[in-house]
Amino acid sequence: MGMAADTADNGVVLAADGRPLKDSLNRALRKNRMRAVMLVAPLLLFVLFSFLIPIFNMTLRSVDNWHVGTLMPATTAALATWDGKDIPEESVFAALVVDLQAGAKSRQIGKVGTRLNYEKSGMRSMITSSARKSKKLTSGPYKAKVLKMHKKWKDLETWTVIKRNTAPYTVGYYLNALDMKYDKTGEIVMQPENRRIYGKLFWRTFAISLAITMICVVLAYPISFLLATLPLRYSNLLMIFVLLPFWTSLLVRTTAWIAMLQSQGVLNDLFVFFGFVDDQNRLQLIHNLTGTIIAMTHILLPFMVLPLYSVMKTIPPTYMRAALSLGANPFVAFVRVYMPQTLSGIGAGSVLVFILSIGYYITPALVGGTDGTLISNQIAYHMQSSLNWGLAGALGALLLASVLALYFLYNKIVGIDNMKLG
Amino acid sequence: MNKLLKNSALTVAALAIAGMTTAPQAGELNVVSWGGAYTTSQIKAYHEPYTKMTGTKINSIDYSGGLAEMRAQTESGNVTWDVVDVVIADAIVGCDEGMFRPINVDMELAKAPDGTAASKDFLDGTLKSECFVPLIIYSTVFAYRDDAWGGKKPTSIRDVFDTKNFPGKRTLQKSPVNNLEWALLADGVPLAKIYDVLDTDEGKDRAFAKLATIKKDVIWWTVGAVPPQLLADGEAVFGTGYNGRWFSAIAEEKQPFAMLWDGQVLDIDGYVVSAKSKKLDEAMKYLKFSTDTQRLADQAKYISYGPARKSSGPMVSKHAVLGIDMGPHMPTKYADQGFLTNFKWWADNSDEMKERFAAWLLQ
Repeated sequence: MGMAADTADNGVVLAADGRPLKDSLNRALRKNRMRAVMLVAPLLLFVLFSFLIPIFNMTLRSVDNWHVGTLMPATTAALATWDGKDIPEESVFAALVVDLQAGAKSRQIGKVGTRLNYEKSGMRSMITSSARKSKKLTSGPYKAKVLKMHKKWKDLETWTVIKRNTAPYTVGYYLNALDMKYDKTGEIVMQPENRRIYGKLFWRTFAISLAITMICVVLAYPISFLLATLPLRYSNLLMIFVLLPFWTSLLVRTTAWIAMLQSQGVLNDLFVFFGFVDDQNRLQLIHNLTGTIIAMTHILLPFMVLPLYSVMKTIPPTYMRAALSLGANPFVAFVRVYMPQTLSGIGAGSVLVFILSIGYYITPALVGGTDGTLISNQIAYHMQSSLNWGLAGALGALLLASVLALYFLYNKIVGIDNMKLG
Repeated sequence: MNKLLKNSALTVAALAIAGMTTAPQAGELNVVSWGGAYTTSQIKAYHEPYTKMTGTKINSIDYSGGLAEMRAQTESGNVTWDVVDVVIADAIVGCDEGMFRPINVDMELAKAPDGTAASKDFLDGTLKSECFVPLIIYSTVFAYRDDAWGGKKPTSIRDVFDTKNFPGKRTLQKSPVNNLEWALLADGVPLAKIYDVLDTDEGKDRAFAKLATIKKDVIWWTVGAVPPQLLADGEAVFGTGYNGRWFSAIAEEKQPFAMLWDGQVLDIDGYVVSAKSKKLDEAMKYLKFSTDTQRLADQAKYISYGPARKSSGPMVSKHAVLGIDMGPHMPTKYADQGFLTNFKWWADNSDEMKERFAAWLLQ
């Protein structure tokens, strides 16, 4: 019997070279797996360095509070036993002078000033000017001399803020990102009405993104249907119309919308020419919410058209014909037979458009004016201008968390497996 | 395969560390500035003669201001920007944080031609940070469309806030800086008292209240090229902008604009040297050359910003291309109609004021 030669005494199947077949199969598979890992390694590394590490780093910054503890070690130690009821004793002031002198010499004290100024305006110049003046102090007692250097040292709140920030980690940036703050006594309270912005911006970002997603569905559905059902030579031409703007630079498209929509622009000129609006009352279509929605819808539309089209392309036209011949009227046939089959495309397009618009910032910055800017514009502002990277990190982490939460919800309700990208 | 993997990992790591910038070769220096006509004026007045004299190539890099890039370079330890053109407020912050090198003005910079020490030669009040060498005085100032209200012309900052007699959109920078000062000025606060009033809670409320009276007539700009464009398109009738931009719109492009020097806010722009520059000696040599009397005077041939040295003032002559006298276009000529921005107040209060301003815009 042929089998006998290929089977060892204990019943294990052997390969041609006499090793157990299972082992040599595993080895071959492992080799293939290694090769696959090698092939994706550049991408993995790229994602690691350009995506995961920066995200981790920024999230870390949103709680990191090293400044006071590291750059003012003596004061940090001296304040550990301070009860917080009154201006501290001489020993704390002596420690403060040591830290200020060292910080002035190493030219690092400005970082403490910058950090504390986020908590209370005016602390930057208090710290930097005191550090400069501290060079002249040679002998104690220091308390009276320091109090004379800047009037804010007499403020109990100054010391409360410094003591709070001797801790290596802080929730201060998250409080700021949620429109909250510490009051004079160290309690957490809401910001005064005239400084609340981030909460409003988060809601606005979600509302605008949702609106854009819905407009995109409404606009993209008939286009995709047309693309999927027209004969190839017409649909290819139409496809180019969809893709051409997709290939054009984002800045060019945004600027083109400015030229179209501004009050002396093409659209308004046409309105005036046809008498829809009076020359004195031209419509304000740009530098506001309207402008943001129009420009972003246009830019994001292909992300809805393409998945919808690819799904519709796979639906055989015979289904609709069958439904009609079985007695459904066109509307019922469409709603009950055609549309359910496109749901995976709608889902994919919606998730794409919604998540892209949540993070959008160039277009709103250019055409958004005041009521069309989004939370990402504030994040960019804190990254590039105010240099409050901790706050930018906190806002970014909150945005990321809410996107993940929405994704989770979507998965629960619709199911991510039902998403089809093409 | 292993080699390929190693190479690609190295490449990714190198890209991540270098931040896509390249270190200059020997005999090169990276000088960073604001771009546009301003950088051109520096290339003509500083870089080209310096290269001719020393053979050192100057790489001119454009940026849009702020300390973000400098801080990132300093933190990563790979500093590629050697000399950077910054506004004085950023110089103060960056100096306090140790990003920039302190400069001994009298020891390390050129004397005036008559032998006056450099510290006496720079305009009074411009040496406000030990790391900062002033180059120019510029101003943020209003301009208006000359043809907007028939023969009627605005004469003071109050007219900007008078939408009844001077109707039309105004375009202002999307920032509380300068706008709060102008609001108080229009509300009757004298020039000398502006920052005293602004330092009180009532003063801040007052400024925001006055600004609210024109809020619905304002188009907010964020990029300096926008206001002249909006005025040219007829989208706005008043605009704030840097005086050099208005100069090129009026003198070079012949736009029908006129300047409203009243209330102009003067500011100082200049060079800092990176504390961790790898070419410190070359950078200091370039700094000494580019900030001497002749170079600062030469720059004014190309752009209407006032030189920061007293000794350069009398040497300012005609525009290199247009041939017009540059004197009347210098903001320093109208200094008494405006005021110098208070960097110290803004360094302390900008975080809070910018947040409040953003909240105010949303209301």
